[in-house]
Amino acid sequence: MQRNINISKTIDWLTLGLYLVIVLLGWLNIFAAVYNEEHRSIFDITQQYGKQLIWIITSFLIATIILFTDSIYYQIFAYPIYFILLLLTILVIFFGKDINGQKAWFEIGWIRIQPSEFLKFSVNLALAKFMSTYNFKIHNYRNLITIILIIVIPTAIVFMQHDTGTAIVFTSFIFMLYREGLTPFIMFFTVISIVLFIMSLLVQQDIIIYALLIVSIVIFSFVNGQITFILSAIGALIGIFLISKGIVYLFHIQFLEQHFIISVAIVFALIGMLLGKLKKIKYAVHMGVLLLACITFTFMVDYIFHNILEPHQQARINELLGKSNDLKGVGYNVNQSKIAIGSGGFLGKGFLQGTQTKYNFVPEQSTDFIFCTVGEEHGFVGSVILLLLYVSLLIRLVYLAERQRLAFSRIYGYGVVSILFFHFVINIGMTIGLVPVIGIPLPFFSYGGSSLWAFTILLFIFLKLDIDRLKYLT
Amino acid sequence: MTNPYVNRKYIIISLIIFIFIVFVARLFYMQIIDDSYKYSAQNNSQRRITKYPARGVIFDRNGKILVYNEPAFDLMVIPIQTKAFDTTDLCKILEIEPNILRLILKRARLYSKYKPSVVIPQLSLETTAILKEKIYKFSGFFLQSRTLRKYPKPIAAHLLGYVGEVDEAYIKQNPYYKMGDYVGISGIEKSYEEYLRGKKGVSIYLVDVHNKIVGNFAEGKYDTAAIPGYNITTTIDLELQEYGEMLMKNKKGSIVAIDPQNGEILALISSPTYDPSLLVGRKRTKNYQMLLKDTLKPLFNRALMAKYPPGSTFKMVNGLIGLQEGVINVHSAFSCSRGFSMGNIHVGCHPHPSPLELISSIQHSCNAYYCNVFFKILNNKKYKNTEEAFLKWREYVTSFGFGQNLGTDLSYELKGNVPTNTYYNKYFGKNRWKPLTIISLSIGQGELGITPLQLANYACILANRGYYYVPHVVKEIHDVQHDNNKFLQKHRTLIDPKNFEPIVEGMEMVVKGGTARIAQIDSIVVCGKTGTAQNPHGKDHSIFIAFAPKDNPKIAIAVVVENAGFGATYAAPIASLMIEKYLKRKIKRVNLEKYIFESDLIRR
Ligand SMILES: [Zn+2]
Repeated sequence: MQRNINISKTIDWLTLGLYLVIVLLGWLNIFAAVYNEEHRSIFDITQQYGKQLIWIITSFLIATIILFTDSIYYQIFAYPIYFILLLLTILVIFFGKDINGQKAWFEIGWIRIQPSEFLKFSVNLALAKFMSTYNFKIHNYRNLITIILIIVIPTAIVFMQHDTGTAIVFTSFIFMLYREGLTPFIMFFTVISIVLFIMSLLVQQDIIIYALLIVSIVIFSFVNGQITFILSAIGALIGIFLISKGIVYLFHIQFLEQHFIISVAIVFALIGMLLGKLKKIKYAVHMGVLLLACITFTFMVDYIFHNILEPHQQARINELLGKSNDLKGVGYNVNQSKIAIGSGGFLGKGFLQGTQTKYNFVPEQSTDFIFCTVGEEHGFVGSVILLLLYVSLLIRLVYLAERQRLAFSRIYGYGVVSILFFHFVINIGMTIGLVPVIGIPLPFFSYGGSSLWAFTILLFIFLKLDIDRLKYLT
Repeated sequence: MTNPYVNRKYIIISLIIFIFIVFVARLFYMQIIDDSYKYSAQNNSQRRITKYPARGVIFDRNGKILVYNEPAFDLMVIPIQTKAFDTTDLCKILEIEPNILRLILKRARLYSKYKPSVVIPQLSLETTAILKEKIYKFSGFFLQSRTLRKYPKPIAAHLLGYVGEVDEAYIKQNPYYKMGDYVGISGIEKSYEEYLRGKKGVSIYLVDVHNKIVGNFAEGKYDTAAIPGYNITTTIDLELQEYGEMLMKNKKGSIVAIDPQNGEILALISSPTYDPSLLVGRKRTKNYQMLLKDTLKPLFNRALMAKYPPGSTFKMVNGLIGLQEGVINVHSAFSCSRGFSMGNIHVGCHPHPSPLELISSIQHSCNAYYCNVFFKILNNKKYKNTEEAFLKWREYVTSFGFGQNLGTDLSYELKGNVPTNTYYNKYFGKNRWKPLTIISLSIGQGELGITPLQLANYACILANRGYYYVPHVVKEIHDVQHDNNKFLQKHRTLIDPKNFEPIVEGMEMVVKGGTARIAQIDSIVVCGKTGTAQNPHGKDHSIFIAFAPKDNPKIAIAVVVENAGFGATYAAPIASLMIEKYLKRKIKRVNLEKYIFESDLIRR
């Protein structure tokens, strides 16, 4: 049964308000970031800040159109939209303009459109549509495969455009899948393998192995609650560590092999110990197998990285991980970004007073590193206020998603939360040096027409679904 | 129906809050606890130093340098980087008053807080040396290396022009330029600015709290090299130019010498002139004001901008038109009894044999002859009335380059004046003017205004028997192709080349046995013509145009000496000495030379 709904009464004003505030603050900070003394007006459309105003106004138009479109169409056309955008993203590989080594843009006059930005909401629509079918069970083998395909196909295409940042964004749907019932084990494995993958490339292997051993011993001890076991295990570890160092020192045995042998030995020793002493054998076996799998995985990644990948691929991954020490490269950017934010202090240097961003120390100040301007000019206070705005928006969206009556709306809502949260964590995390540099924008805030339009569409479809929630009384 | 996983929202919200806390903690550490970032930011002060390219060197036609560059330093300031400093100390080094320094700094702040401004341009070498030692005390200040124009010889000031700082109005129109940049303001420096200026580069340095450069920003990734301006070879003959300036010393006027075979300007002298190095460096403004106030107007480029009635040198034009129109032939003779009388008009003449034919009329510069010729041209039955005949006459005259811009590569060239029928219609009334009314045009007086450059070009036309190339001063821009097509095109007059022969004969006779015997040079056949421009404000101007040798001419020249009287007195000998200098490289007539050198027509 359907009812006529008054938008102004049913729209979530809090979300709308947060959106407007973030967009306008973004505009002011873009102005500050690329402020050009010869173009002092924020409305000067030869400059990024003037252009951003155009993007903002057009975004408002798009938002209005979405709010006045019946939300049923998003359900009906979820798949066509998904395939059309997929097609556009493929076309851009062949007909797009190459900018900064990425073939991700269509250029029409001075306007550049990046289809992969719009892919995000279309994947979200497709997932919501697929997962809201009657009697859907997430752990059904075929369903899982389909979900993975819906996510992996666009990811692969975007990877081919060399836009690693955007490609990685699609992994964010894991949050939504978790809420929809995906077993934590799958999440656990995904997280473990990602962490291990990154760690095995970043950190020396022996450190990873010892860390893994300690972690498993600690977890296991908590399960069993035996202090003596913890102590003896740690004692054994130290002993093994000393012995292995001694072997290396005395016999110059090759590092990698020696560790592998030792590790395997430890695993078997542990399993044996546990088998003999404890009742919860199942846990011990699980733990042992997992540990072994992790260690093998680490070595595999290392082997693949050094022996199979081409040097330029290695360089790309290193760059992605922020490992390159090249001052001109990624490491330099993060360092400059940290200096800019750190020098902001408690209250910041004031609007347009930032020296680090003004002098172009920070690269891509208006796009990926826009948070630097906030940190430098508005200090700790300004930064925390901005973080609060985002956190409020995210939690509000979780709340909105939960109050949906249609599975479609809820899933879509969680998809929005997932994408925004992922962007938020990666973007801000990278500017403050907590996350490797992955070039993705801060939603609603960074300079860029495609990104602002795409995030606006993403959010306002959900707002419209939320408005229409009362239409579908069950 | 309750969703079985609804509690998982708490995990997700916790995760969001957890990340928030991590971020806040991290920001708290970076922005409040750890001071090292603030220190790094100070060390991160960036200084963009513009690398100014050296302007192109200008050579004469034989590869001798007319102007080159020498290093100089400007004291610059970036207002936002300044800290409290010892004002008196800096003022002492710079030798300026503290309130002046304050004013300069205030102006710099107004211009831009982030961009460098010039505090004191072109410091002396001693000041630079002292400042280099002490610059660390003055945060935000630095020395910027520049180059200044340097002239090996104090000559060719008007030709070369000068270089000055751009002003705001100029920057607005030409965004390539930034405050403190130099630009050619006159002469070759102006017309070839695009080639001479080169391309600015930039170096970005990191500067520590002690105002010391600690290294290149981003290892020089964003630096660009300065590209020096293109060198230019001019058509000027340095020795001839220098000699001409010596001859014109203590005289007002100008000399323009052109190679008629290609339009290359060999020398262009405007006198009085000035030492070009006066308009370089810090003293430029002061010297400029001084030169501006000088009553002899040394800054005024007479060669391009002064208009004179051409006097008798114009008689050949009327002779040529007469021949072309068929109203006279070589043997047409007119008698002269101390001039020409008709109605109540009388144009006087000096004593000479009478009657004269065309060639000897030039030789003796008979006024009556040309009054008659002009009369015949304007009373030609071919045309309906005087006005129509006059229009035809004017068409011929302008085809000699008179009354229009020749289109040289020197800036500020004036058109001069050839009166129009509309002018006469307005002045006398339609159909109220007759040939007799404007008879003074026949002998090059009246409303005619011709620049020395146009006169020299006219000499080229006579030398070439009917055509000219646009006079120009640049022969070659090194390492670059520039469009000089317009200097390679022949411009023909409306006169048949064969009509020039008797005229040239006449000009030969002027020097051999006419009004300008003083201009004779052994073994060179000089063709010339004297002229006297009537000057209502004082003594008449002495004019002489010439070319040599008669066959296959190598040089065409025009000389104007203001208030020097009859053409043969000063203009003719000067032109002749110039020709001798250019063709022989050595002056044999030392007495004549001495006479000219010692003549002072200004007497200040
Ligand atoms: Zn006479």
